[in-house]
Formats: sequence, C-alpha cells, structure tokens
Amino acid sequence: MSEHTINFMPSEGFRARAKDVVDNPFLRQSFRGAMDFLINKRITQFPDPEELESLRTLGEHIRQYNLGKLPELLVRLEETLTRNGVRVHWAETPDEANDIILGICKSHQAKLMIKGKSMVSEEIELNHAAEAAGIGALESDMGEYIVQLAGEKPSHIIMPAIHKTKEEIATLFHEKVPGVDYTDNVDELIQIGRRVLREKFLVADIGLSGVNFAVAETGTLCLVENEGNGRLSTTAPPVHIAITGIEKIVEKLEHVPPLLSLLTRSATGQNISTYFNMISGPRKPGEKDGPTEVHLVLLDNGRSQAYADEQLRKTLQCIRCGACMNHCPVYTRIGGHAYGTTYPGPIGKIISPHMLGLEATRTMATASSLCGACGEVCPVRIPIPDLLMRLRE
Amino acid sequence: MSARDRILAKLRAADTSTSPGAPDVTGWFAGHRQVESSADKAARFSRLIELAHAEVHPVTRANWLQKLWEVLAAREIRRLLVAPGTGHGRRALGELPQSGVECKVYDREIEQWKAEMFHHIPAALTGARAAVAETGTLILWPDEHEPRLMSLVPPVHIVLLDAGRIYNTFFEAMQSEGWKDGMPTNALLISGPSKTADIQVTLAYGAHGPKELVVLLIGEEA
Repeated sequence: MSEHTINFMPSEGFRARAKDVVDNPFLRQSFRGAMDFLINKRITQFPDPEELESLRTLGEHIRQYNLGKLPELLVRLEETLTRNGVRVHWAETPDEANDIILGICKSHQAKLMIKGKSMVSEEIELNHAAEAAGIGALESDMGEYIVQLAGEKPSHIIMPAIHKTKEEIATLFHEKVPGVDYTDNVDELIQIGRRVLREKFLVADIGLSGVNFAVAETGTLCLVENEGNGRLSTTAPPVHIAITGIEKIVEKLEHVPPLLSLLTRSATGQNISTYFNMISGPRKPGEKDGPTEVHLVLLDNGRSQAYADEQLRKTLQCIRCGACMNHCPVYTRIGGHAYGTTYPGPIGKIISPHMLGLEATRTMATASSLCGACGEVCPVRIPIPDLLMRLRE
Repeated sequence: MSARDRILAKLRAADTSTSPGAPDVTGWFAGHRQVESSADKAARFSRLIELAHAEVHPVTRANWLQKLWEVLAAREIRRLLVAPGTGHGRRALGELPQSGVECKVYDREIEQWKAEMFHHIPAALTGARAAVAETGTLILWPDEHEPRLMSLVPPVHIVLLDAGRIYNTFFEAMQSEGWKDGMPTNALLISGPSKTADIQVTLAYGAHGPKELVVLLIGEEA
C-alpha cells in the first residue's frame, strides 16, 4: 500500500485509505485480533475498579500539576541535566530538531545511528532527514525494524508492525535480509532480527532514543521497554541523543511510579515492562561503559500552542500508552495508516491539529462514533470525546 | 531570541491559575498498597518474576556458588563474566575455574573489547541492589565494578539477590533509599528476560537483551 508514506496532508485521502482497509479482510482481522488481545490483557491488570479509578485520578493530577509548572520545570530540568553532564537543546520545529541531531552526528563523523523506539523521531521524520544527510538511521525495536524494512510507517504507537502477518514478515526478511531463508516461525524471525541488529549495535556511532518521563529534580531520563534495544541504543554507542516533547516532564522522582504503573498496565497489560531505564548522565570517570556524551533535544512542534488553551492543554497530559486506539471502534476497523498522521487513533485526532494545523487534519475529527471508550480508558483522564466535539465545531 | 527563549515565552504567557496543587503520592500508596512480611514479599517477588519467564532459585550464603555452577552446567556454559571488584565476583573467580568454568573479568573500558563482549560472553553474574515485590522486579545500579552492559549483552544473566532487600513497591524503594538526593548514572528495573510481542502479538523471548534471567535468591535465614 503506497499510501503508507503519505504524511504531510493527512486528511487528504483519509476516506479513501479508510475504505481500502475496511475492504481488506486480512488487515481487519489483524487489527481486531490484536486489539482484543490488548483489551483483555489490560483488564486483567486492573482487577479492582476502585484502585483503577483512584490511580487514574492520581495520574491526571500528577500530569496537570506538572503541566501547570511546565516552563519552570523545563528550566530546572535543563539545570539538573547540565549539572549531570547532559547537553540540552531546544527545538521549536521538526526541522530545527533534525538540524540539531544531524549536527551532533556530523561533529562525530557518524555513519550509523541506531534508534530505540521514539514516536517523536517519527514526528520529525528523522530517518528521512538523516538519509538525506548521508547518515544511516536504523530502527532497532523489532516492530519498527520490520516497518522500516518494508518502507512503511508504524500503524500503532506501541505495536508498530501490528498490521503485518508473520507470513508477510517471513517474506520480507527472506527478500530484504541477506542469507535468510523463508521462515514464519516467530521465535526464529525474532532471532534473525536479534542477530542482524546486534552487529549494528556493535558498530553504531550514535544511539537515539525517546523519553517516557524526564525528571526535573534529579535530571533523569526514563525509558520504558521490553526488548532491551532501548538499553542497547542508550548504552552501547559512544554518543546518546534523546529526543522528547516538552510536555513529558515531571517535577519529582516520586511522580514516576504511579505514571509507570498506569502506562504499562494500560498499554500492554503488563504490571511493569521488562526494563525501566533511568539515565542521569554520561559515563563518569572510572566507569567502563555507557556513552561518553549524552544530549537531550526538547521539541515544541505546536505543543506550546496547545498549552495556551486551557482545554487543549489536557492533550499534553498524554503518556502515549495507546489504550485509546486499542479501544476505539474506528481505529480497530481502519488501522493506523489510514489516519496518515504520526499519531493515529483518538489521541492522534486531538494532538495532530497542533502539530500539523487544523486545515490539514480537518476530516480526522469526524472519524469517531463518539462512543466515549477512549475517554473511559485514558489513564490520565484526557477528555478525548469532549475535545473531539470541540474540534468538529 | 533563541528557540529556548521563544518556547519558554509562549509557555509563560499561558494562564495556568487553574492548575492543581501538588499530588499526594505518599497518601495514595499508603491507601492502596499493602505492607507485607519478608516471607510474603519474597514469595510475591518470586511468583511474579517467574511469570515473566525468569528462573528463581532459593539459595543460602553458603551454597549459592554451587547453585550457580549447576545453572551454568545445565546450559553447558563454560565461560562467565564476573566483577572482581565485588565480593560475589571474587568468590566466583576464586572457586569456579577449578570446576571448569572460565571467569572473564570486566576490567577494561568497553571500547577495548566490545566485539568480544558481543560475540564471546555467554553469561554474566551480577548482584542486585534491591528488588520490588509488587511487580517482581530487580533493581540494579550499574557502577564501575558491574558496568551497564553486563546485565544486557550476555545471553544469560544470573543475578544474586538478598531476600532482605525486597521492598513492597518501587515507590517504597526510591523513598527509603533517598534516590532523589543522588541518582547514579544509570538505574535499572529489570523484570524478566528480554521479550517482544511485535510479530502478531506472539510472545518471544531474547529479543535484544538476555534470553534468560536467573535469580539466585539468598534467604534471610542463611
């Protein structure tokens, strides 16, 4: 499907793309099956409704409290990170962010950047910018690696290759990875990816990652993941560059455990992810590994515009769990690519307008039955249906 | 004006007078998480990390090295990465070679032996700083003795944990130990071997990090 690469005029062709998917029984089955799986796993993690509701209230409170102090906390984060030896950069636009990242790469004569999963790097189209500058940008999250090999984009923010069957991935690996025979055994496919990417971790000049939470009081970047590619990306190469939206900040370390619990339980129905990686600086004298240089790029890209409006500010509470898409009857039927935006589904519909402009995302707000499921499952109580109603007006 | 100043100016122009005061995280945990006995914490920790596909072996201070040898022998592993700057690393280094296990030490900066680390180290032994019962989680603070890649690159990671170091929650661990007053370069929570469900939501272990995680749990009575 060539539509996968369209990203700049999302609403253009939205209806046509949506119809393509609805008419494709295989894709519909993939999404239905995966979303049912995630919905059921989430339910098992929240057996006590009172605990769930009170934790959601706490999560909302933590996010709103921190957003209320956002400018002050950004300055504090910059101070603590700088004290820890991390270099902090600010970017208003995707172009500025790409220039900063590629400038760091060039200063190290970097040939290969290996990437942990980062939706913000998708948002700024970093891979295209890197390739244009002659720097290889290789995705290392298994799902991201698969969609990159296929020349596509993620169809889900947590499970990027959820639209693909194992047979399609088997064919893709056979055709694109030298020396690989066709196998649709999932364990074997993962081991092929492991083998290929280990060699890249070994030689990569730059490791790039996103950030789940940035802690102002300690100058700590937190990353949530299961595979270990995030840890490898941030530990094995000599330089680590992290990129985050300016909203992902919390004042105190104690704000992290409730948000972490909400994130992993809501996203994949895990009581915790396999790894929670807290980075507070580059390698210190005497330490034997870890990057000798760590950078953080703080990206605005429309977030400050949403921040100015008390109601739209609530979109910045998002911790990117993806539960709203898993529970959305429209997303489940059309998948992530039909939206044409970096962030699909209900949350995509309310954050894409401030990134891409209202005009470019006009039809998106109509792709909702207003059933309210997204608002009911949101771990930080973003009133998504109310915001969709407002965008329709 | 720089990008920094423009972003901050836009944010500062917003009216945030309706934002709430500080959240009571301590109060929430006090009301929603139970404080368990040492035995219950150890049992909960073991059950949950085993659910996540780790292996847990109860051991004593006297016999953990014997169990370590058995774990290695069962996998036909004859090479182990150890940290000579730690007590457990020294014990392994002192006793395992005579049982046929070569002990490799992490005594140089990674740049000097990165390819060997990635290709020729089948297993590593590290300690754990502490653990969390609620989620079945190990807490590691890698340092100059046990650097970060030790618990990440070798396909089998064996961890020595003192059962007396298990907290009820992650929140309790960071509060009790005063993490906010001094974070290490890298702090890690590890809750099982590496895994992924990125292909058709089918769970597969050993994605990029260790394929196997083995916990040697030293009981308090030992």
